[in-house]
Amino acid sequence: MARKISMKQAINEALDLEMRRDPAVIVMGEDIVGGAGSPGEEDAWGGVLGVTKGLHAKYPGRLLDTPLSESAYIGAAIGAAACGMRPVAELMFLDFMGVCFDQILNQAAKFKYMFGGKAKTPVVIRAMVGAGFRAAAQHSQMLTPVFTHVPGLKVVCPSNAYDAKGLLIQAIRDDDPVIFCEHKNLYGHEADVPEEAYAIPFGEAAVVREGKDVTIVSYGLTVHRALEAAERLAKERIEAEVIDLRTLSPIDWDTVLESVETTGRLVVVDEANPRCSIATDVAAHVVQEAFGALKAAPQMVTAPHTPVPFSPVLEDLYIPTADAITAAVSKIAPRAMAA
Amino acid sequence: MSTNPFPLDKADLMKAYRTMRTIREFEERLHVEFAKGDIPGFVHLYAGEEACATGIMMHLTDVDRIASTHRGHGHCIAKGVDVHEMMAEIYGKATGACRGKGGSMHIADLAKGMMGANGILGAGAPLVCGAGLAAKFRGDGGVGITFIGDGASNQGMVLESMNLAAVWNLPVIFVVENNGYAESTSVDYATAVDSYVDRASGFGLPGVTVDGTDFFAVYEAAGEMIRRAREGGGPALLECKMVRFFGHFEGDAQTYKAKGENDYNREHRDCLKIFAARVRETGVVTAEEFAAVDQEVGALIEDAVASAKAAPLPSARDLTSDVYVAY
Amino acid sequence: MTDQRIKPVVMPKWGLAMEEGKVTGWLKRPGDRIAVGEEIVEVETDKIAGVVEASEAGVLRRAIGEVDTVYPVKALIGVVADADVPEEEIDAYVAGYVTPSADEAGEEEAGPTYEFVETPAGRLRYARRGEGAETIVLVHGFGGDLDNWLFNIDALADKATVYALDLPGHGQSAKAMPEGGVEGLARALLGFMDALSIERAHLVGHSMGGAVSTLAANAAPGRARSLTLIGSAGLGEEINAGYIAGFVSAASRRELKPVVEQLFADPSLVSRQLVEDLLRYKRLDGVSAALEALSGAFLADGRQKTLVASSLAALDIPVLVVWGAEDRIIPAAHAEALNGRAKAEVIPGAGHMVQMEKASRVNELIGAHVTG
Ligand SMILES: Cc1ncc(C[n+]2csc(CCOP(=O)(O)OP(=O)(O)O)c2C)c(N)n1
Ligand SMILES: [Mg+2]
Repeated sequence: MARKISMKQAINEALDLEMRRDPAVIVMGEDIVGGAGSPGEEDAWGGVLGVTKGLHAKYPGRLLDTPLSESAYIGAAIGAAACGMRPVAELMFLDFMGVCFDQILNQAAKFKYMFGGKAKTPVVIRAMVGAGFRAAAQHSQMLTPVFTHVPGLKVVCPSNAYDAKGLLIQAIRDDDPVIFCEHKNLYGHEADVPEEAYAIPFGEAAVVREGKDVTIVSYGLTVHRALEAAERLAKERIEAEVIDLRTLSPIDWDTVLESVETTGRLVVVDEANPRCSIATDVAAHVVQEAFGALKAAPQMVTAPHTPVPFSPVLEDLYIPTADAITAAVSKIAPRAMAA
Repeated sequence: MSTNPFPLDKADLMKAYRTMRTIREFEERLHVEFAKGDIPGFVHLYAGEEACATGIMMHLTDVDRIASTHRGHGHCIAKGVDVHEMMAEIYGKATGACRGKGGSMHIADLAKGMMGANGILGAGAPLVCGAGLAAKFRGDGGVGITFIGDGASNQGMVLESMNLAAVWNLPVIFVVENNGYAESTSVDYATAVDSYVDRASGFGLPGVTVDGTDFFAVYEAAGEMIRRAREGGGPALLECKMVRFFGHFEGDAQTYKAKGENDYNREHRDCLKIFAARVRETGVVTAEEFAAVDQEVGALIEDAVASAKAAPLPSARDLTSDVYVAY
Repeated sequence: MTDQRIKPVVMPKWGLAMEEGKVTGWLKRPGDRIAVGEEIVEVETDKIAGVVEASEAGVLRRAIGEVDTVYPVKALIGVVADADVPEEEIDAYVAGYVTPSADEAGEEEAGPTYEFVETPAGRLRYARRGEGAETIVLVHGFGGDLDNWLFNIDALADKATVYALDLPGHGQSAKAMPEGGVEGLARALLGFMDALSIERAHLVGHSMGGAVSTLAANAAPGRARSLTLIGSAGLGEEINAGYIAGFVSAASRRELKPVVEQLFADPSLVSRQLVEDLLRYKRLDGVSAALEALSGAFLADGRQKTLVASSLAALDIPVLVVWGAEDRIIPAAHAEALNGRAKAEVIPGAGHMVQMEKASRVNELIGAHVTG
């Protein structure tokens, strides 16, 4: 039965259901239980923002608090996955990839190929991404393109609680390494989520709004900004179709192309920095595959080519806004043209 | 006239006290201001740990470099970073030490030899190997000091850095600030050896563990290591055992701590109280003289908060400036 | 202030989730005379497109809802009144109309939330409307759920107490499929009636739900007061097996949409949200297995093997057969299977989901059947 829960609860529930279903699923990370060896309460934290809270009591021994040694425990999760476990390792903030990237880039991603197809590495690395939390330059980046660049990795970034649950369940059941990106500013976002387990297949974008005049492609937090922009545009009689990619690798080109073939106009919204990003990737692919359908140059609305600033006034300018998206659409779909 | 039994003269004793008091006042005030909701983001407070930063920094000048942690306010103040600029930075203002772009976790002042608070655990260790290397090349006698939490000390790059510093005989001190917790996790759970000195000896480094709530213990051990490093004697490790009065960050419910733990620490393990009592006992500094410092510091922090609140915000142009020197 | 002679035409509320709808076209013009049940204006929600029908007779005096504009549920989109009501009174009525807030509207209709009941076949979801002495139970088809009756349940509630359930393996009911395919579902239907103390009811089954209802009526004589079989399975061997296979296997929106479009005479009725809701159902753990088991149980070599037409002969209750003339799942020719035994009505311009596409006609037929 569906009820409204937050994305944080949805992720907790996905872990819960999969740990119940499959004893090979283990979870590890820093303070994911919390209070280890400390004199006070057990399960004191349940993760830095409480996402894993309560699971320790249900699955004693299967949630492992780790020393602050990402290289070691992310690597251990990958190694255990190669040996038949299904570990879900939490890398608190994706920014911390810097201290453990070899294990992801040169190990997990390459085993299957390098070993002639004989290995499988069903590991999930969960991490927070994204700006807007006032967490400054080293805790706020949208590093998704760094991972989509690497063959062998799957990259997921849900925009809502329903998708988060289904995509995380799929990630755990999936036999490839998955980088599961959770936008920290969406944790409180609520949606209708069934109580039962369900898996959303990878590589299937969601058309979250239908429209005939322009295609707006995004993922994660900026899907909501795109929808906001679409509502405003509708008042000017421009009907925007909004596509939530959901998974960035694999990516659902068919849905994007099909939409652009009817609208003829594309705006890609990406919270990542602009160079070699999801935005450039989608824009380039559409230009190559659907050039004939395009009535105007694709537009990219992204973060600027800067680190994430701390000051709230600057950070609010950093994340693509509904205004910026509306402006980009207006540039290629003037009101007169749509009317 | 009383005799001074301490290794510091009265002026330095006053300076040490003023530094510690400034850190304490700064952090206590942030605790209050954060609760009002005016301060954005994560704030990790150093209250309770002042003797460590101060006891070490009393030996340093601007040619010496330090690399700090996410819990960096104390290191900044002890290294001489301007308190007004720090406060403005924490409020995200244009007048901040980093023009509002860095925030609490990234305050830096390179001119003062402060290479930055750091959001990445252990990241300071390789950096001060570089500082030590540069000092060696320049021959200016500078040392590099990195602060590492008990938890962060388990980062691979910290261990690699200890080896590198030993192999290259760098003037680098690894200071392990052991406050017993990494977030909510006990050091007993996360670190297998009983003492970080055992780690150091594994890498061929001399090491000492001191009571980090005792300013003089820190001061003396650090002084010896720093002198040795300046003279080409190479790296060393100093473990300071201390206590953190507040939560990991502001907003932490601290349920992992024992009941009454914070009260006990404030009563019996307050480095500032311990320092003031010992100094007053000898009569070298009077209670009135300390009280006068307290007053001045109180006024300083009051002014820093008021001016930070009143300071201008960064402008939209600041979003894209300073990414490169030239581009 | 409400003048009894002035009747509002408001944005309808189809299903619990509906908060607003878009006016897509007027089928009547101001000045047109309107009879009860006549279609007045087309409305589209993110789930489905439908038509607002006149609940009272009169003249359409105002068509307020603008085409391609979204209005909240209960907003005034038109006015019907007798021809002799003065213009000023109509204007005053329009000016004074206040759209009830979502909350108020919700309170007013606090009844029709979904409910759950424990049965031998597991926990089943259902909706219940109306307070009539007669009872109607609406039984959906393969892969469907109680929302297939979105345009029927409220209309029928004027005449009877109406239940619509999610069969096991469907909607939000327990996903385990009872043994015995369609027979198992018939037992589950009777178990559902037992659990809610429904002694006797008019069974209305759509598609596979028609076969389920017929088998239930046979298994428990006396429990069914009448049968209404809409585009029903079990009346002949022929079936669009490609549809069933496609529905079971489709995992993505792009696979499922063309499959589902076959259900309607007008494929444009298949909205993004309708497909999305089906996908959400199909993704639930256990649904694939349930649908595979069920389709395996009632199909063999692409033909129906659970045939119920002959068993109907033995039943001494009124039977109504309704079909969409353009049904692409089960041929409308099967409506003739009960020739003589049942009233048969084949409705032009509708496909397999005739109860949605031609809701007013179907409601009228069911209403007459259960009361007549
Ligand atoms: C590479 C990396 N991993 C994890 C974190 C998240 N984190 C920030 S502070 C902290 C605990 C640090 O504990 P410790 O090193 O003992 O320092 P303390 O907070 O006690 O001063 C953690 C896990 C981080 N900032 N960087
Ligand atoms: Mg610590």
